[in-house]
Amino acid sequence: MAKVVVVTSGKGGVGKTTSTAALGAALAQRNEKTVVVDFDVGLRNLDLVMGAERRVVYDIVNVIQGDAKLPQALIRDKRLETLFLLPASQTRDKDALTPEGVERVMDELKKHFDWIICDSPAGIERGATLAMRHADVAVIVTNPEVSSVRDSDRIIGLLDSKTERAERGDRVEKHLLLTRYDAARAERGDMLKVDDVLEILSIPLIGIVPESAEVLKASNLGAPVTLADSRSAPAIAYLDAARRLAGETLPITIPGEKRGLFGKIFGRRAA
Amino acid sequence: MTRVDLGNQKLTKMTKVLTDARSIRIKGRSFLALVLSPELPLDWWLGRLDDLAARSAGFFLGRPVVLDVADLEIDRPQLKSLLDELGKRNVRVMGIEGGRPSLFEPGMPPAMKGGRPAPDFEVPEDEPAGESPKTGKGKPAAPVAPQEVQPARTTASIIVKEPVRSGQSIIFPEGDVTVVGSVASGAEIIAGGSVHIYGTLRGRALAGSVGNASARIFCRRLEAELLAIDGVYKTAEDMAPNLRGQAVQLWLEGDSIMAERLN
Repeated sequence: MAKVVVVTSGKGGVGKTTSTAALGAALAQRNEKTVVVDFDVGLRNLDLVMGAERRVVYDIVNVIQGDAKLPQALIRDKRLETLFLLPASQTRDKDALTPEGVERVMDELKKHFDWIICDSPAGIERGATLAMRHADVAVIVTNPEVSSVRDSDRIIGLLDSKTERAERGDRVEKHLLLTRYDAARAERGDMLKVDDVLEILSIPLIGIVPESAEVLKASNLGAPVTLADSRSAPAIAYLDAARRLAGETLPITIPGEKRGLFGKIFGRRAA
Repeated sequence: MTRVDLGNQKLTKMTKVLTDARSIRIKGRSFLALVLSPELPLDWWLGRLDDLAARSAGFFLGRPVVLDVADLEIDRPQLKSLLDELGKRNVRVMGIEGGRPSLFEPGMPPAMKGGRPAPDFEVPEDEPAGESPKTGKGKPAAPVAPQEVQPARTTASIIVKEPVRSGQSIIFPEGDVTVVGSVASGAEIIAGGSVHIYGTLRGRALAGSVGNASARIFCRRLEAELLAIDGVYKTAEDMAPNLRGQAVQLWLEGDSIMAERLN
């Protein structure tokens, strides 16, 4: 049974695309057939993060408009043969996505894949609502700061009302993925703490990805974080999040909790 | 000298604007509307409506009418022509219930929801007997004179069992709203009666919205952006800082909101 996952946030720049690529690659590494779908028509980025920008011929808009067949638009990853990308169009805008067209594409993807990971654009307009429309599971990417948390809260409300599942009276399974977390700054009060975010959003946590230079390095290399260096801290966080997404139960660790003596003294003084 | 005066003038003007804004009250009110539920084919149904109008002339005059299209399979042009046909018969539609968003276009009566059922309305007939002029299936119409009305007030309160998310509003002019969970920043609760929040209130709470000065707001933890009772409001800036994060109840005394810690 195919599972449709939407990676969404409301706010831009919190790490949706990075997370889509990292989770997609992590699921594909489990030998499950995975496709990552870029819904950010007009501002596509997933192709860059996946390192497939030079192999894009057709895109999701071509498929929706009948100019290309789905298999023609799917790009197979060079590193993992279970990983595919369905790119967005850069020259169009979100109006090129129609509810019927998206439904047709999703139905066809469901026949061929175990996981369909939809990378939502920022905002709450057409692109974002169509990306979440067919989701069974939502990963809400949030940074530990107030504006991101409030936007995520708004998105959770929409997931409970605007999705196909919600309209059937069913629920979309929701998971919080906290990204760009910096334990030292949270300790100093510059950032919201994990508990504060959980208290406000009250949905289960699927992982905490630490703020790290590895993430930027990986996206500039055109590799999902989980493939670039699977032993880096963010990669481990994403790999664990993918395992939880697949139904495994693992304890969640807050990155940077183990501080050295210097950190302890410094932390105490700052508090 | 002149410059100072100018500055002062500006300042008084600004304060004036602020006080003015404060005095605006927004209230809700409920009216009983006749509900028409058209059936297909529409020509046939309009014919029956004409029969009814012929029997009791001026029946729809001055009465608010809501069109219930929930069980009606029509598209936008058909709905538009139905509205035109009703307009020709002097039936003024104030709202449309049960319509899909795609049915609406600018200029149409607004979509309505959350209506409470009221007893069926008997159409006074000039001619005795005859078949009963049914306008829909069991749902239509309601009495008009308020004293005849026994509003089917099954609940004077609602309970929301989930957190109210940013951007959502819970509007319940009929009575109290209880939220078992938090109200997020950017969410709002508007109640005709009191507001009870068993969680953190981070958004807005408006109690007594239909003109009830005895309504109160209760919350387990106050972090609100705005509080209002019977149209009198307080923003987060105006609230006493020592109430933040506390369990609080708020009520109205004259034109000022009073607050007290609950413990």
